[in-house]
Amino acid sequence: MNFSNETLKELYRLMVSVRHVDQAAVSWQRQGLLPAYAPELGQEAAQVGSGYVVDTSRDFVFPTYREMGVARAMGVDMVEYMSTHKATWHGGMYNPVETRLAPIQAVVGGSVLHAVGWAHGARLNGPDDDGTYPVAMTYFGDGASSQGDVHEAMNFAAVMAAPVVFFVQNNGWAISVPTERQVAGGSVAARAAGYGMESVQVDGDDVVAVAEATSRAFEHARAGKGPMVVEAMTYRRGPHSTSDDPGRYRTLDQERDDAGEDPVTRLRKRLEADGVADEPFFTRAVEDAKAEAEQIRAGIEALGSRPGSEMFEYVFQESTPALHEQARQWREESEHV
Amino acid sequence: MSSMTLSRAINSGLRRALEDDPKVLLMGEDIGTLGGVFRVTDGLQKDFGAHRVMDTPLAEAGIIGTAVGLAYRGYRPVCEIQFDGFIYPGFDQIITQVAKLHYRTGGAVKMPLTIRVPFGGGIGAVEHHSESPEAYFAHTAGLRVVSCSNPQDAHTMIRQAVACDDPVMFFEPKRRYWTKGEVDEEITGQTPSIDSAAIVAAGDDVTLVTYGPLVATARDAAIAASDEGVSVEVIDLRSLSPIDFATVEASVRKTGRLVVTHEASQFGGIGAEIAASITRRCFYYLEAAPERVTGFDVPYPAAELEDHHLPDLDRMLDAVDRVMDRHNSLSGREG
Repeated sequence: MNFSNETLKELYRLMVSVRHVDQAAVSWQRQGLLPAYAPELGQEAAQVGSGYVVDTSRDFVFPTYREMGVARAMGVDMVEYMSTHKATWHGGMYNPVETRLAPIQAVVGGSVLHAVGWAHGARLNGPDDDGTYPVAMTYFGDGASSQGDVHEAMNFAAVMAAPVVFFVQNNGWAISVPTERQVAGGSVAARAAGYGMESVQVDGDDVVAVAEATSRAFEHARAGKGPMVVEAMTYRRGPHSTSDDPGRYRTLDQERDDAGEDPVTRLRKRLEADGVADEPFFTRAVEDAKAEAEQIRAGIEALGSRPGSEMFEYVFQESTPALHEQARQWREESEHV
Repeated sequence: MSSMTLSRAINSGLRRALEDDPKVLLMGEDIGTLGGVFRVTDGLQKDFGAHRVMDTPLAEAGIIGTAVGLAYRGYRPVCEIQFDGFIYPGFDQIITQVAKLHYRTGGAVKMPLTIRVPFGGGIGAVEHHSESPEAYFAHTAGLRVVSCSNPQDAHTMIRQAVACDDPVMFFEPKRRYWTKGEVDEEITGQTPSIDSAAIVAAGDDVTLVTYGPLVATARDAAIAASDEGVSVEVIDLRSLSPIDFATVEASVRKTGRLVVTHEASQFGGIGAEIAASITRRCFYYLEAAPERVTGFDVPYPAAELEDHHLPDLDRMLDAVDRVMDRHNSLSGREG
């Protein structure tokens, strides 16, 4: 698959944007703007390369809690995305139906089965006018691959021949436990064979390789050939979260040795070598990313808290008498009305 | 009207639901060609096809989690959990996803799942086949929890549950599957509402509250009590979350005495919730402290011991005697 020069430049712009917003979010946490954040430093190629392939007019993506780069590549509003890290509302305030991105959720492996169900529904509905199926893509990591739900999801998907792409970001660490003590056999992709499923393991720090592998998996699923696993081998260069301290389980020397070359630098070198982009382009990409991060910051600051009464909304379609009474009591005690 | 068993009444309710809405799907273990281990889905796959009545792989989290994804797409999945004690592998999906997705998405995504669970004991089954796990679910915000006790309610309530846009845990009293009754299948709409309780025997002296498999036992207890001159009002809760406290409150204001009975263990159970809430609502009307007659706080025992564990007519009558401050009608002991 050949990506046009414009596409390559777009991928670069996205990666630089994600890099800057991600690093800014860590700063915002340190400054007290965000209570917590899950950085994705080093995973920009895996996330942008895969998220870029999604057709938001028909596909659907089920993330975990570290997919800011996927959300950005899909065009999700970053303030609405960050609202979950701002602790404004669980799951983020973007509309999943409109954005095609399921809410952020923190149970590892928790939404993998949802993608299978969504994709099974796609099969039940029948193919689109072009004869192909919409695709559900689910993100999870090497840690989540230990969960029973992931096994059940892969088995169900294969039995149902559901158009699902299981996108595994194998970033080397599940908080403090390295892949070799997490994934028996060393590869999640290798498990696919046991389900009679195709799979590919890809250099997750090469955005072009990721985008190509994901595209092929989408074509496979769209054609009705069933699910596929894409395992992007990458490295979590930062902490698990802003509360984590990697110094307790790995040294800086180990990080340098294991992380490999930075994915953003890699793409830049390629664009330079191929004469696709020049210095003004790179400078502009950074300037745009900085401006974007500032805009997002302003948006987060302007968010404000949701009214306390919203705690009681959305529990059911219609509030129950008991819940109504609790809401009334809360209002009386907190607002003296 | 036609006479049918409770199991058949659910079957006919599911059939109507499948006919009424093409988005309704049935999924579960052995529900297709076998018709379910209790035959509740008998014949439905044959008539509606394997795409609408689907045998799934044997994995409860897989069933519930896949149903969640289908709900994202506008389907209305009805999941069968084969036995009460097998719901726990699906518990995480129910609690962390099904119950919370409407809330998490600010109302953007509905989860109109119905999760059918044959529950309770009394059929001489092996371990994990006689449990009453309803309180776990009633404790979780975002889930509706209901239980039917007779064929008409079974038919009406399963149709209402499937039509409901909230997730509904539907507990079926498995030892009453073969109870027969008249069923009107031409119901329409939401009357009586799925979250309303029903007074199934009128009385003036004691309010006896129960649901599911023990409703029949409680009615027998009321008849036995009336032979001794005690008038017992029996309330079938039908809905365990939310609870129709207004109906229970009105009854207790009249009788001044409350007994709650369920097969599930006592500690932290539905009976505790009713006793606390009704005591607060009816404090100045109460003639006696509310009583609970429940399964003991033990793991569900082997079948040869289950008759000791399950609340029966005698234990209900003992509790009636206690709240009436009467000598025990069998032992003669003071209340």
